[in-house]
Amino acid sequence: MALNDQQIYRYSRHILLKGVGGTGQEKLLNSRVLIVGAGGLGSPVSLYLAAAGVGTIGIVDADEVDLSNLQRQIAHGTSDIGRSKVDSAAEQIAELNPDATVEKHPYRLSAENARDLVAQYDFIVEGTDNFPTKFLVNDACVFASKPASIGGILRFEGSTMTILPGEACYRCVFRQPPPKDAVPTCAQAGVLGAVAGMLGTVQATEALKYLTGVGTLLSNRVLSFDALSMEWRTVRVKRDHKCPVCGDNPTITELVEYEQPACAIRPGEGISQTRDEHQLSGVR
Amino acid sequence: MTTAFGANAPEAVNNRENWGGIRMSDQKEQKADRTVDLLSEVCPYTFVKSKLELEQMETGQILQIHLGNSESASNVPRSVDLEGHEVLSVDQTEPSHWVVTVRRA
Ligand SMILES: [Zn+2]
Repeated sequence: MALNDQQIYRYSRHILLKGVGGTGQEKLLNSRVLIVGAGGLGSPVSLYLAAAGVGTIGIVDADEVDLSNLQRQIAHGTSDIGRSKVDSAAEQIAELNPDATVEKHPYRLSAENARDLVAQYDFIVEGTDNFPTKFLVNDACVFASKPASIGGILRFEGSTMTILPGEACYRCVFRQPPPKDAVPTCAQAGVLGAVAGMLGTVQATEALKYLTGVGTLLSNRVLSFDALSMEWRTVRVKRDHKCPVCGDNPTITELVEYEQPACAIRPGEGISQTRDEHQLSGVR
Repeated sequence: MTTAFGANAPEAVNNRENWGGIRMSDQKEQKADRTVDLLSEVCPYTFVKSKLELEQMETGQILQIHLGNSESASNVPRSVDLEGHEVLSVDQTEPSHWVVTVRRA
């Protein structure tokens, strides 16, 4: 598929990039990315991927747009209140770039549908506000050998890691969701809207890097920042051979769903952690 | 010339200086495997389209790029060089016509 004249102009700033070029742009146009959650993180992710010319963008979200979302969920507008988030995001993507086709999945990601859904895509971006979905996406991606970016934000902080087949998975680092009510949600603790943009654009960048093959991915690392001090840090993590899902003798062989909502990527205190505990205690 | 093309600038490029930036096309014609007419394009699209041509070529093949303004005539060779290709010559054949010959890396 050769780029037409409109596309050469639209994507000229990508084509100029060493390592991307027309070849990389064509890869993007032929790529399929699944975005889990069309909220604070999913909004910038879906808009940047659409603008970048990712050819097919799947969006999973069962929710409708609420007035309290608009402070950070920039894929939706005031006139979208009450509409399905998937419809609202799809409309803004269509306006942004007709090269991007949206596959709407207006339902909740579940143990029943997760594996089949992730199997249809090249890269998965998880940006929901709850831990059960992070573990569900992680496990489904491990089972289906798919790469993914998992991210979370809370208050003024954000964290993310990229999981690749054979490298450290989310569960290698965080064994299981924190106990119910151990961690506040965005709805309880608040979140600075622009922090969603900070982390979402990191996740979108990881997806674009993976799809074009440039750079070094955020695998075997957890990136965190605190917007109040504007300190960013990465902590190295390793694949754990005792990991219950990707380890040598996995004990989790089917998708499981947990109940318990929360915002941050880090399950937080009270969770049983392994030898990585001291390393991760600094991750905030 | 070292600033524009690096220390290993090809002889043909260095010759530009001797001609005050203008070389008549009396040099031995490089047989081009591909030619692209960008006379009506401006920066950065002259390089964007040159790059797209080069991506479709094989290592060692020769691309002849026709440019219609001096800005492109100075920018395209530099950008092509930064991408690692070899600029063989830059010739001004008419007041508003430059021919850049490149060997694909
Ligand atoms: Zn693991």
